[in-house]
Amino acid sequence: MEAKQNKLASQVPSSQRRTLLQAGALVAGSAALGFPGLAGAQSGPIKIGHLTPMTGFLGALGEYAAQGIKMAAEEINAAGGVMGRPLDVMSEDSVNPQTAATKAQRMIERDNVVVLMGEINSGSALTISQVAARNKKLFMSIGARSDALRGKDCNRYTFHVDIPVTVMVNAAGEALVREGLVKGKKIFSLTADYLFGHDLSRQAKRFFTANGGTVIGDELVATDVTDFSPYLLKIRQAKPDLVATNLAGNQVTNFVKQYSEFGLPYPVAGFNLNTADAWAAGEGNLGGIWPTVWHHELKTPGSQAFVANFTKKYGRIPENHAWIEYVSLKMMAQAMNATKSTDTEKLIAYFESEAQFDILKARKAYFRSWDHQLMQEAYPFTVKPKGQAKNKQDFLLFGEAVPAANQPLDMLAPPKSESLCKM
Amino acid sequence: MEILFLLEQVVNGLVLGGYYLLLALGLSLIFSVGGIVNLAHGAFYALGAYVSLEVIKHAGFTGSIFITPALVGLLGILFERYLLRRFYTADPILSLLVTFGLALVAEQALRMAWGSAPLASTMPPEFKGQLIMGDMMFSKYRLFILGVVTVVMVGIWLLLHKTSFGRVVRAGVQKPDMVAVLGIKLQPYMTAIVMLGVATAALGGVLFGPITIVHPAMGTEIMTVAFVVVVIGGLGSFWGVVLAALLVGVVRGITIHFQPAAGEASMYVLMFLVLMFRPRGLLGERIERFE
Repeated sequence: MEAKQNKLASQVPSSQRRTLLQAGALVAGSAALGFPGLAGAQSGPIKIGHLTPMTGFLGALGEYAAQGIKMAAEEINAAGGVMGRPLDVMSEDSVNPQTAATKAQRMIERDNVVVLMGEINSGSALTISQVAARNKKLFMSIGARSDALRGKDCNRYTFHVDIPVTVMVNAAGEALVREGLVKGKKIFSLTADYLFGHDLSRQAKRFFTANGGTVIGDELVATDVTDFSPYLLKIRQAKPDLVATNLAGNQVTNFVKQYSEFGLPYPVAGFNLNTADAWAAGEGNLGGIWPTVWHHELKTPGSQAFVANFTKKYGRIPENHAWIEYVSLKMMAQAMNATKSTDTEKLIAYFESEAQFDILKARKAYFRSWDHQLMQEAYPFTVKPKGQAKNKQDFLLFGEAVPAANQPLDMLAPPKSESLCKM
Repeated sequence: MEILFLLEQVVNGLVLGGYYLLLALGLSLIFSVGGIVNLAHGAFYALGAYVSLEVIKHAGFTGSIFITPALVGLLGILFERYLLRRFYTADPILSLLVTFGLALVAEQALRMAWGSAPLASTMPPEFKGQLIMGDMMFSKYRLFILGVVTVVMVGIWLLLHKTSFGRVVRAGVQKPDMVAVLGIKLQPYMTAIVMLGVATAALGGVLFGPITIVHPAMGTEIMTVAFVVVVIGGLGSFWGVVLAALLVGVVRGITIHFQPAAGEASMYVLMFLVLMFRPRGLLGERIERFE
């Protein structure tokens, strides 16, 4: 305020300058008297920068994400906000890793956001986390799953909510091993050609090799591919025992639809499928075993209430990215309330204390202190037998939580000895 | 064995060429006759896919193949009458801007009407499955698409080359002033051509919805490929577009066979090479007013 007055003062004739200066001093003085400490900056809304892809091959998921975090903000604000201040979540389309970094920098510099949240694209999450570290701001990376983010590229300013690639591979992989689809089998992979896909492919190969399978082919697929027919021909030529996909977003939907169109006989599995992508594939086009971080049929009262409220508000069933954004903002609010602060260091200390969070699942979750990864349950899912679906979104059959209730929560995540994360 | 696999990719590429052809033909027609690069062409493709989802509920898939292009074609008449017509003689940059703007508005309108989540569109079960011919595998549905595309292609060719309508259109492409001197008004012909072009794009939407996904940005996605095909084929050339569509399909298939990651880049390399050695495109005609 004072600086503004002085700047103004330099532009007016000197006779008026003195009065203006006095007025400025008066304003500044009264502000200091009236609101001790950092008045003004602390009484307005708490600004949160939210970036997520709303266009492109992950755009459909981003829309769920934006709706989920918006609903959480409205609920928190209706209940009085955080420390009496409302949350102001500014959501923007992150577009691609370069734009995401530019927008994150702008949100910090110009919009004075206290924390950054969001993302689904692992590439964008990486660039945002670098911006966050450079500016010493906290970034809660919500929907990105690449191992590298919490491995070799980890930093102390970034926290990871979604399950990492290793957990996805382990969760669905165990089921594949049980069904006898791995040991001694020939496996053909298709991999999304970007950070996340490469990561997934690496982990999947490791898993298959460790469990006695042979990966006989792994083809990279550009993220904008919509026609998979040349790849399907290559699968037929390779005659594998199992087709394992490491694809992402729209790719998965297009692939499973065209796979079913060509009627290839080999079983399909994959380590990445969001429920929205599965719904878009349509009943009768999907098969195989997939992992998910959350699903709308989860029987906890919290999840059921969330599904009911979301469906009422937006007229559609929430998918996992809506849920994860919703609980992420709730976790952030809990941390701010507990520390009575929006200070980056205090928030980091709170999350690193392995505080427990209710994320609407049977077991509570916590951030592992040394790699900032949220430890939580995951679920495998398959497809219901034909004719059992009640409606267009009811054809998925969800399994029991992994790890099971009597197993440690960090069982499926990479142990410290295998992690490349050094903060 | 390797040769056989490669041949299979080539044949599959030819089938895929039909996919590009439906969009590229209309784009090329509208440009040749009106001199307008219709950047909103993809929007009609997307609209076709969305409208088809609604029409299928009442008239079934077969019904939609006829009804949806007709409905979108009618919209094309309005599009020509109230928008394109103002820009035939104007600076080309204006029509580029207006159709680009329309493409954005259309994509957002689809998002508002149907939501941005992709919609499930499934083909009738009788089309599903493979057909093995010799040692090659085909999708039944894609062979069906190829059949429809062939019918459309032959139909348009006959219309342009064997009817008086086509003669006027072709004359109009080469020498619009001479056609005017002869006392023929080109405008109704232009309306018909836009309607036809837009309807084929919508037909593309109807046919491709079931094998990809129906989402608001699908129009933008397909436009790039359609443009590449038109540029490679050469503007104003019917067979040039056909040849280019097949070529792009085949080159993509072969590239994916050897170097999967480069599949999508292959068509741009092809375009680059063609433009290097033949800036007019493969079979592009020399059209005076565009020189």
